[in-house]
Amino acid sequence: MSFDFPLLSLIIWLPIVFGIVVFATGNDRNSQLARWISLVGSVLGLLVAIPLYTNFDATTGTMQFIENHVWFERFNVNYHLGVDGISMPLILLNCFITPLVIVAGWEVIKERVSQYMGAFLIMSGIVNGVFASLDAILFYVFWEASLIPMFLIIGIWGGPNRVYAAIKFFLYTLLGSLLMLIAFIYLYLTSGGSFSIEDYHKLPIPLTPQILIFVAFLLAFAVKVPMWPVHTWLPDAHVEAPTGGSVVLAAILLKLGGYGFLRFSLPITPDASHYLATMMIVLSLIAVVYIGLIALMQVDMKKLIAYSSVAHMGFVTLGFFLLNAYGIEGAMVQMISHGFISGAMFLCVGVLYDRLHSRQIADYGGVVNKMPIFAAFFMLFAMANAGLPGTSGFVGEFMVIMSAMKVNFWYAFLAATTLIFGAAYTLWMYKRVIFGTIASPAVEGLKDISKREFVLLAILAISVLWIGVYPYPLTEVMHTTVDQLLAHVSNSKL
Amino acid sequence: MNFIPPDFTPASSEIFMLVMVCVIMLADLTAGDSRRYVAYLLTQTTLLGCALLTFISFSTEITHTFNGMYVDDAMADILKLMVYGTVSAVLVYSHTYISDRGMLKGEFFSLILFATLGMMVMISASHFLTLYIGLELLSLSLYALVALRRESLVATEAAMKFFVLGALASGFLLYGMSMVYGATGTLHVSQLAQIIQSEASSKEVLVVGLVFIVAGISFKLSAAPFHMWAPDVYQGAPTAITLFIGSAPKLAAFGFVMRLLVEGMGEMSADWQGMLIILAVMSMAVGNIAAIAQTNIKRMLAYSTISHMGFLLLGFISADSNGYSSALFYVIAYVLMTLGTFAMVMLLCRSGFEAENINDFKGLSKRNSWYAFIALLLMLSLAGIPPMIGFYAKLSVLQAVVNAGYVWLAVVAVLFSLIGAFYYLRIIKLMYFDEPETVEPIIPNSDVKILLSANGFAVLAFGIFPQALMGLSLYAIQSSM
Repeated sequence: MSFDFPLLSLIIWLPIVFGIVVFATGNDRNSQLARWISLVGSVLGLLVAIPLYTNFDATTGTMQFIENHVWFERFNVNYHLGVDGISMPLILLNCFITPLVIVAGWEVIKERVSQYMGAFLIMSGIVNGVFASLDAILFYVFWEASLIPMFLIIGIWGGPNRVYAAIKFFLYTLLGSLLMLIAFIYLYLTSGGSFSIEDYHKLPIPLTPQILIFVAFLLAFAVKVPMWPVHTWLPDAHVEAPTGGSVVLAAILLKLGGYGFLRFSLPITPDASHYLATMMIVLSLIAVVYIGLIALMQVDMKKLIAYSSVAHMGFVTLGFFLLNAYGIEGAMVQMISHGFISGAMFLCVGVLYDRLHSRQIADYGGVVNKMPIFAAFFMLFAMANAGLPGTSGFVGEFMVIMSAMKVNFWYAFLAATTLIFGAAYTLWMYKRVIFGTIASPAVEGLKDISKREFVLLAILAISVLWIGVYPYPLTEVMHTTVDQLLAHVSNSKL
Repeated sequence: MNFIPPDFTPASSEIFMLVMVCVIMLADLTAGDSRRYVAYLLTQTTLLGCALLTFISFSTEITHTFNGMYVDDAMADILKLMVYGTVSAVLVYSHTYISDRGMLKGEFFSLILFATLGMMVMISASHFLTLYIGLELLSLSLYALVALRRESLVATEAAMKFFVLGALASGFLLYGMSMVYGATGTLHVSQLAQIIQSEASSKEVLVVGLVFIVAGISFKLSAAPFHMWAPDVYQGAPTAITLFIGSAPKLAAFGFVMRLLVEGMGEMSADWQGMLIILAVMSMAVGNIAAIAQTNIKRMLAYSTISHMGFLLLGFISADSNGYSSALFYVIAYVLMTLGTFAMVMLLCRSGFEAENINDFKGLSKRNSWYAFIALLLMLSLAGIPPMIGFYAKLSVLQAVVNAGYVWLAVVAVLFSLIGAFYYLRIIKLMYFDEPETVEPIIPNSDVKILLSANGFAVLAFGIFPQALMGLSLYAIQSSM
């Protein structure tokens, strides 16, 4: 399909330009202006992304909306953009979450509003860049640049332990990505001077270098996903980040890691992927089971959701390395659905935190008496988090468990325990926070959600139910691409 | 016998510089203390004039003059233009600082210009003696500049240390050169290369000489384990002088290494590669690890310099034009970042107050969000985070290292730069996450304001469009080899 308009560039740069404009509004005297410009920018960012879906050709697995310009000749690096069925839904998810985050911070953020809003807009553009890049260096630049706004968001607007969390977040992610950079340089030299990701897909590589490249990629992506045992930055970062930061981290940034596996690890090093698949599956299952148990023990709501994110992302990596169509598609659905659910869960905790300034489960109890509408929304998202049929959480998990069953009964058995653990930790938390007698005078004084909060949660609730009941529009766009990816991965590159 | 005068045109900018230094000295004598700006303006004019002369005489050909002792090629011209620009920026940045502290004497300008002349000679030398003369002219001027504040104890101590260790290093260098002369019978860089190629010389003596030369070079570059002087001198010298020492001389040192090791002893690259690997790894280790423990910002930047020099040396290891041009790009990026960083430190100084502690950066974003943003760009660039220029510098060097087959070395390098990221992040943390200790506003002169903003912006802009500088580096190296 010919599509000459540089749509992807617009999707990347529009939020960044708006972010710079928001920065330029300066100090807190103009904070209302900054809020409105950010909202306009983020909504425009979502609107310009819609043609990406409507003009998308779901019958082909090749890249679409391609833009290719020379960026710098010295190393043959190109400004090369394009999307396929894997990256397109993720870009839409990102564009969808950004306005929600802006609205979520509308009244809560009172200090340095323009910087907060601007950072989120720039972040949104950068993340779109990561998903749309088809050049390894361009990808890497966006990938690392996404650390900068998040680092500042956690460090400036975060909780009491924010400095520790911000630096840990930054260094952990940097460690992984630096080795990926060396892998890129190696591929650049073996491919005879190309940084094009599509060239790497075709490049034959012997097994030993493939394994080393796989490990370098694994470090970068495993930290981002995060997989056990490199997940420890996530609870810290989540807990200390402001609500908007947690939402973006869980809904968007974790997906970068998952996307990396699909775009780099599987197609560039297919033999190593097969060779190490068992290891990856075991690591994923540890994340699902063990982290699920850890989540059960949390007394801090945000930490609990953070651990539940790790467990759910374990499902994603599990789905990838089962290496069949159901597994990968299920994992993709799980990624999108986790974006909605975890974002919603963090928003719910944010609603409570804004009122009581506590994340401790023990400080709550009987909230339903004071906030019935909120309790209903929270119920829906808690159920979705536990994987209730009819919500988006069920679709992905079910697909992955089915595909695990094809490979090995015990994989499926262990993966399925999440349906128990997930229900246990989510619903137990829900029970302690929402039901019971009113725990304290502070809870007594709670007011139900405002219109702004209602709209936010309602939009997310609709999305969760929509994917839960009718996932076809989502699976349709990725189907051909996933098939092609699998066909590619099953061919040895030795 | 007829005397044929040498061709002066390749050295025209040096001659102009020398004449102008004398003019400035005399003019300053007559102008006196009240009209010191005369010397300042004349100095800037001199740099501009030199730049014009260099620019006009720019050619892709390699011209030798003074019986082959002097060379003018594209690399020399490009490096010299960079040096003029850097020195000029140094003067703009340091003007207020110097005059606030009573150091705005005529000597300041003439010493700076003599040092610059020394750098120019180093860059264009093609004979061991000219190389040495250039180096000593630079070094002696620097010693004097460090001691410019006579009454300051730390500055005098730093100058003393600098001088003694510098003299020792020059001794090493001379000893190495004499060995090389003994083995080959020539001091001409180009003849040396031919003789080494023809294998007419004793390899053992040459290698011993090479060891001494490399030791001398690493002292001048402040590469570990010859780095001991750098933290003390950086800390002890007035910040304006630290800025000078840390910036332009690194460009000259790059030229120096190119002339000595690459053009002169390129045939022995197998021998010096191993030495440079050790120096590079040690520098990255010492620099990055020791910097974490520093609370003095200048000391921290000194260790950061050491680690960057380690990275720079990595570029030479591949021993091909790809690697050298990466190293050149690295040194340009480094100078750009250093200029901005020290200018930031000086910005925080007021008359009677020296910004020395990293805590002086506390809460900068609340005191002045624009400069905090500039400092943010600089720190991220030093840490090698894209899209800043520091990332592309690291990328091109790493690419050269992997290309030469040292994947493990690239892994070591990135692990150390990960450690390095920590202390740059700490500065960002102080600026953005902490509350300010003082609410005093920051009021720079308008020229500093413009230049510093441009400098910080260049770090970002050359990162988004790196082709210009990368292409220039490659061109400079390829047309000179």
